[in-house]
Amino acid sequence: MATLRVLNPVGFPPKVTRKVPAPRLDTLEGKTVYLVDCRFDDSDVFLGQMQAWFAEHLPGVRAVVKRINNVYLHDDPTTWEEIKSRGHAAILGVGH
Amino acid sequence: MTLETGYGVPTVAVHTDKFDKVVRSVAEVNGMPGLRQVFVPQPIMGKTPAELRAYVDGRDPLTGRPVMQEVLEGLTRPFEADELGPAEFDRTTPPLVEGASEDALHRLFLEQRWTDMLPIVLPTEARVAEMLAHTRRKPDELVGRMRSTHFREHWAYSVEKVAVNAVMAGARPEYFPVILALAATGVTARSSSSSAMAAMAVVNGPVRHEIGMNAGTGAMGPYNHANATIGRAYGLLSQNGQGGSVPGLSYMGNQGNNYAYNSVTFAENEERSPWEPFHVQHGRRPDESAVSVFSGVRSTSFTLGLRETYWREHVRNLLRGIDPNGPPTLLLDPIAARQFVTRGGFTTKAALIDWLHDNARMPAGEYWDYQLVQNYIYPRATFGEEPWASKLAAAPDVSIPMFRREDIHVVVVGGETNGYWRIMGCNYQKTVSVDDWR
Repeated sequence: MATLRVLNPVGFPPKVTRKVPAPRLDTLEGKTVYLVDCRFDDSDVFLGQMQAWFAEHLPGVRAVVKRINNVYLHDDPTTWEEIKSRGHAAILGVGH
Repeated sequence: MTLETGYGVPTVAVHTDKFDKVVRSVAEVNGMPGLRQVFVPQPIMGKTPAELRAYVDGRDPLTGRPVMQEVLEGLTRPFEADELGPAEFDRTTPPLVEGASEDALHRLFLEQRWTDMLPIVLPTEARVAEMLAHTRRKPDELVGRMRSTHFREHWAYSVEKVAVNAVMAGARPEYFPVILALAATGVTARSSSSSAMAAMAVVNGPVRHEIGMNAGTGAMGPYNHANATIGRAYGLLSQNGQGGSVPGLSYMGNQGNNYAYNSVTFAENEERSPWEPFHVQHGRRPDESAVSVFSGVRSTSFTLGLRETYWREHVRNLLRGIDPNGPPTLLLDPIAARQFVTRGGFTTKAALIDWLHDNARMPAGEYWDYQLVQNYIYPRATFGEEPWASKLAAAPDVSIPMFRREDIHVVVVGGETNGYWRIMGCNYQKTVSVDDWR
């Protein structure tokens, strides 16, 4: 049977290269964890509740709620630098 | 991912469960398939603090495991080697597709989600070659790059890839420079936004007549071959050129958008307009051909003409009916355009835009409480960006403009069968020369 050939409409993807994540912490005890509010819908309310959870269940962890400085579509190096210098870990929320 | 790789901070991302496929896919194509992600129920928006506390105390709806246990493990459990994924991978697909019959190829294109679910014209080598003959550009020349959302990677496409999608849409070869110009904008007509965006394309200049586009009766409907297929080609090129538009994976528009079938593509009725053409407003000569693209097309409001006594109130009501985050582009039948001249004295589009800016107002408290204003405008205001910073300083009961002047636009289209006109809530992006792509 004859084979028909047509052209592929799909574009050209970039090559994907593995990125290495940061090392994990041995423990959160005594550490500062940033709860990063991505300013999406009611994320701030959700992260406030997560902060309360830390206070009740892991009082040795300092949980800091931090709003990003701009719309989530923009990079926010000021906030990332603050987390790197003053914190040990981050929880980002909430992607919808 | 930026915090992990750029700043060395162990991170967990929390998402709602409806977004599991898309966020896992984004992590994978950014080279971090094992990114620690935890899910809570959708929605977050509108829930009480107690309800959201229940999310925190509850279980990840996808894994069934306690949310906070997953969060803590995500920050403390070392990565296994198999979580990191391959060192490198390439998703390039072959340039040709084979099938035993035309029916088989049609099925394949549907299964691969390369279509808009309507029948297509198969892009044979002969048809694509005929399309390519209508530009001086080389087939392998890169035209642009697109992505469905800010978080995804850009994919590139060549003149030939644009031609393949133009053939699929049923476009005639003489339309090809317009389609290439649309592709060159780099503005996707297949955004993955959960707000279900479409695009809009306005063609100006001599090319409108050269290829028989419609700016009159039925211009925005399914009544003109060029309007219909150029817009369809723009949509197909967007979804295929950017590597897909698949619900749940790379398209999250909650309701979808019927405008996306041909991206509201039409010609401006320059000949019957009392004002300068849209492309001239944006730096092009009247004898140049150009296409202008708008994104975020979602809302429409309409009315008939302008009444002598209360036209101002009626227009204000229409403007108040669209979301402040989706600024107005007026699409005026020439009858309505001339009424804006006679009733309002707007002898230029700029004068009308000034009036629209000054009259689209609402109390500051009401404005800042809009969800999309909170999501996208409030952060910019807090950073001092004008004019929003000044609006933020206003007391809640002070009347403030809903839109920036530069975000308001006017286009004339219609066949004067009546003076109906409408407002599209959308964002003008750019104007690109068609002549450059001939």
